[in-house]
Amino acid sequence: MEFTFWDILRNLLLAARWTIGLSLAGFLCGGSIGLLLLTVRISPSKPLRLGAVFYIELFQGTPLLLQLFLVFFGLPLIGIDVQPWMAAGLGLTLWASAYLGEIWRGCVEAIPLSQWDAAAALGLHRPYQLRLVILPQAARIAVAPTVGFLVQLVKATALTSIIGFSELLKTSNVINNATFEPFTVYGAVALIYFMICFPLTRYSRRIERILKVG
Amino acid sequence: MAGLEVGWIVDSAAALASGVVMTVGLIAVTIVFGGLLSVAGAAARRSRLAWCRAAVSGYVELIRNTPFIVQLFFVFFGLPSLGLHLNATVAAILAMTINVSAYGTEIVRAGLDAVAPGQREAGRALGLRTLIIFVCIVLPQALRAVFPALVSQMVITMLDSAVVSQIAVRDLTYEADLIQAHTFLSFQTYALVTAIYLGLSILLRRVLGLAGRVMLGPGIS
Repeated sequence: MEFTFWDILRNLLLAARWTIGLSLAGFLCGGSIGLLLLTVRISPSKPLRLGAVFYIELFQGTPLLLQLFLVFFGLPLIGIDVQPWMAAGLGLTLWASAYLGEIWRGCVEAIPLSQWDAAAALGLHRPYQLRLVILPQAARIAVAPTVGFLVQLVKATALTSIIGFSELLKTSNVINNATFEPFTVYGAVALIYFMICFPLTRYSRRIERILKVG
Repeated sequence: MAGLEVGWIVDSAAALASGVVMTVGLIAVTIVFGGLLSVAGAAARRSRLAWCRAAVSGYVELIRNTPFIVQLFFVFFGLPSLGLHLNATVAAILAMTINVSAYGTEIVRAGLDAVAPGQREAGRALGLRTLIIFVCIVLPQALRAVFPALVSQMVITMLDSAVVSQIAVRDLTYEADLIQAHTFLSFQTYALVTAIYLGLSILLRRVLGLAGRVMLGPGIS
């Protein structure tokens, strides 16, 4: 069977939907846990803070590939019949939460302490101080680094091909095995990743510039 | 319970050690070549030639917006069709160096921007040649300013290097793949190797910090 360049490209673009879907899922789930991690990381309780630091160190100090393997081979040990998409989603979620939690902590700590004091003076409890006063201000400076991390996340989804999730890279391996045109196939794949990531990079940089000027 | 026996660790110690040697070797070579290329790239981004600046920023954007594993596959599987056949270890080092240099170029460039223009002018007033001013006056100050970021990038590259096991470079992850294939203790093997990576990343941070203090003077974290 003959594959034209357009056949290759069409199949790759179809597979790119899974890359985008997995990135979004990892971002939403990882963001939720990251938010939780942020509140634990800045909580007044020292054991809780240390726990969060340990979690973050663990995920930032080990290869994502090994984290995916641990999820993939670990879940069956506790009796869960694991599918590649589950391991991919869970692995990326845990990994992203560590990075997002740490990025957002930096943004929260950039807010002057007097804002906490002012919120306390208004009689707000700590969760409300964070939610009503600190987070809205921190969110403004968090946009640029968060979008920047989204680029890391999109690139990280390529590793899930190794545990058998059929996203863009896995599909390209299959196509390459059928066409024996690695130069074209991996070149096209790189281009598709670039087309997803580059606009995000540009957007993140523009926001950063606007904040610096404003 | 089979999972709690430790005999397999003793049996696979030699394989793990050789994997560690390969992973450390890969990152050591990459740090040397990548460090030099990052400085060259950052210098080229300040070149007077517009095409030179454009070429470097094109390279930086292309690498930073594509996954490392795709770059690795392109080098190892794609380049042979251009007649460039590389052995897996060489392909891994090439891909890692190309990758880290793009990030390093951006980091060193930020460092160069942070050096006060007066430093360069002072060098010129002393009658020093441009190259001497760059290497002896501007560069050390620039590297001091961004050293922690460079160290973090090298640690990230070391962790990313786990992927080279996919082109059968016998690094730590590759050895783990082999061990779990014949012990069937997948989770335990990968947990142990993950812990080794954690130790390596802490160690690499320490060693690079020490190297930075020796080369660039005290006060570097």
